Amino acid sequence: MNYRFQFGVVWENFPQLLEGAWLTFQLGVFAFAGGAIVGLLGAAIKTYGPWPLRLLVDTYVVFITNTPALIQIYFLYFGLPEVGLRWSNEACLLIGLTLNAGAYLTLILRAGFISVRVTEIEAGQTLGMSLIQQIRYIVMPHIAKSIYPALANFFIVVLVMGTSVGALIGVDELTGQAINLSSVNYRWLEYFTVVAGMYVVLTFIASIGLALLGRWVFRVKARIF
Amino acid sequence: MERILEQAPRFFSGPNLTLLFESAMLTLGMTLAGCLIGFGFAFVLVFLRQTPGLWALPLRLVCITYVEVFRRIPFIVVIYLVLFFIQTVTPDASLFTIAVIAICLYAVAYTADIIRGGLESVPATQVEAAQAMNLSRLQTNLRIVLPQAWPVIVPPAIAFAVSFIKDTALVSQVGVFELTFRGKELNNQGYSGILVFGTIAFCYFLLSFPLSLLGQHLEKRLATPRGERRTRKIRQP
Amino acid sequence: MPHLAVSDVRAKYGSLEVLKGISFSIEKGEIVALVGPSGSGKSTVLRALMGLTPITGGDVDLAGERLNYSSSREVRAARDRMAIVFQQYNLFQNMTVMQNLTLAPLKIKRWDRAEVEAEARRLLGLVGLSDKIDAYSDQLSGGQQQRVALARALALKPQILLLDEVTSALDPELVGEVLDAIRKLAAEGMTMVIVSHEMGFVREVADKVVFMDAGQIIEAGTPAELFDTPKTDRAQNFFSNILRH
Repeated sequence: MNYRFQFGVVWENFPQLLEGAWLTFQLGVFAFAGGAIVGLLGAAIKTYGPWPLRLLVDTYVVFITNTPALIQIYFLYFGLPEVGLRWSNEACLLIGLTLNAGAYLTLILRAGFISVRVTEIEAGQTLGMSLIQQIRYIVMPHIAKSIYPALANFFIVVLVMGTSVGALIGVDELTGQAINLSSVNYRWLEYFTVVAGMYVVLTFIASIGLALLGRWVFRVKARIF
Repeated sequence: MERILEQAPRFFSGPNLTLLFESAMLTLGMTLAGCLIGFGFAFVLVFLRQTPGLWALPLRLVCITYVEVFRRIPFIVVIYLVLFFIQTVTPDASLFTIAVIAICLYAVAYTADIIRGGLESVPATQVEAAQAMNLSRLQTNLRIVLPQAWPVIVPPAIAFAVSFIKDTALVSQVGVFELTFRGKELNNQGYSGILVFGTIAFCYFLLSFPLSLLGQHLEKRLATPRGERRTRKIRQP
Repeated sequence: MPHLAVSDVRAKYGSLEVLKGISFSIEKGEIVALVGPSGSGKSTVLRALMGLTPITGGDVDLAGERLNYSSSREVRAARDRMAIVFQQYNLFQNMTVMQNLTLAPLKIKRWDRAEVEAEARRLLGLVGLSDKIDAYSDQLSGGQQQRVALARALALKPQILLLDEVTSALDPELVGEVLDAIRKLAAEGMTMVIVSHEMGFVREVADKVVFMDAGQIIEAGTPAELFDTPKTDRAQNFFSNILRH
């Protein structure tokens, strides 16, 4: 192989890549937060809701989790203008990712809801705990302990696999920036090698942050690796 | 809405449906090929990672790093890296080959963790008993550990492959004629985006949903092996 | 010359020295019992002999030959001549009783299949499990599993058999059947090192009792000597406590 790597041009444009990484991080956080709200609602309905609503949530989850996020986002991106809705690329990506993450988070959070044992709530009641206290001292610790690792893991999935889909509809997050920059000077391998490294660093920072958060706030040990 | 109704008969014509079917098979085929090959390499990776001794430390580190790094890079970045790397080495490699290699590289990282988890689920005492009888590491793995780890490994490995059917949509970006690429092509031909991507989504659903049900069924069957396992009581001396 | 001679054997678990110079010997056909409180290192002696816990010092001689644990080849040679039965039986879950018995003789020792299978049947008869030949371990009771494990160890035709608390994991009503099987082996003249908490049984079958505490041998002698007239305070304490139960 006679290819000669030239990283010089990549370092010249590194600030742009950093901007992309920052956008990736923001998109990841917002999509996860939005997804968490949807997921909490979905899990609550699945656990306590009436059957028509449960069926609705089940249908939503089954369809979203069995189709690609990319297609869901293409559906919004290419389909919505036909019904007169013109959203920006970023809005399409964010809404698509939120709906996508919402389905997976419904499943994860639902598992947390189930893990709370009735006997323990009864034990709390016999101790004279109020509803708030029961949630604070029995339900929440349980949910945190049983699903925090899954949540932390899924955040990384959204941050990496989720946001990078944006590159395909022209959102200038990290992968998008790499495509833009390398199509100018054709140093694809160099750009994508550096970008791969940046993703590794970005997710490591996120993993460490989540592990510390888990330890301090929820007193659970989440794995960094 | 009118546009969809008007286009629908033309869209769901024979030639289009044939193309969609072929694309779906391509999606399925490259996922299957990539995941199966990746699964095989993952075993090698896990085996290398278990190599004992100080001299094998660099080897173990490489294996650990591989798994860690690939789980933290978006699939689309891997696709681009493979595409441009392979094209630099052998310019006439087919796009399908490139897609399968990318899927394979990714599948190795994910299934390696699944396999490792499965092997670790077998009690260390089983390995010890084998060692005491002089079984080699390979013999112990093949005859004792793997047969017991299988029920733990297979369901999540299938779940991974099924879920990866969806992620292969990203391969459309390099021009493999799979479902998503076909969708974009039809959209470019002027068909409604709602109609096209709704249909494409449904095609993915038809691939993914039955297979995921099959995986869940298998998981339940494998979870209850011959007879019921007795819980071993340890009487404290 | 003794059949097995262990002299000044030491072993470490991390930085903790778990065997601080162990010496004892067995004549051919003898049974030695290692007794002592939990954590005294008696199981570690067996594990060290099998090369499962690395030996950091001392010598082991078996049938006049020095066993050296310095390389994996030497460890294999040691394992080739001894067999161990574990507290938790450790039958291979994915194999039938017959496969458990014949795996190592066929694949490792490469003995003749017909002979190996005939011997396996004989041994299963000896432990009273001829009807369980095709059963999997999860279809057997703990006592049955442990008897299979005994037969599996014997199928290797070891020069010495090591039994590591083989009745400790069993329900009380299942202990008897395993002890019966061991009695039969004793009658056949099998040389054995037994780690056990069953003092009555030890007294009955053992030729020699070794009392260990904190990685050291405190006292050794015939069962009668140790049980009835222990010389050291620690042995006295231990036996008076355990025999009162």
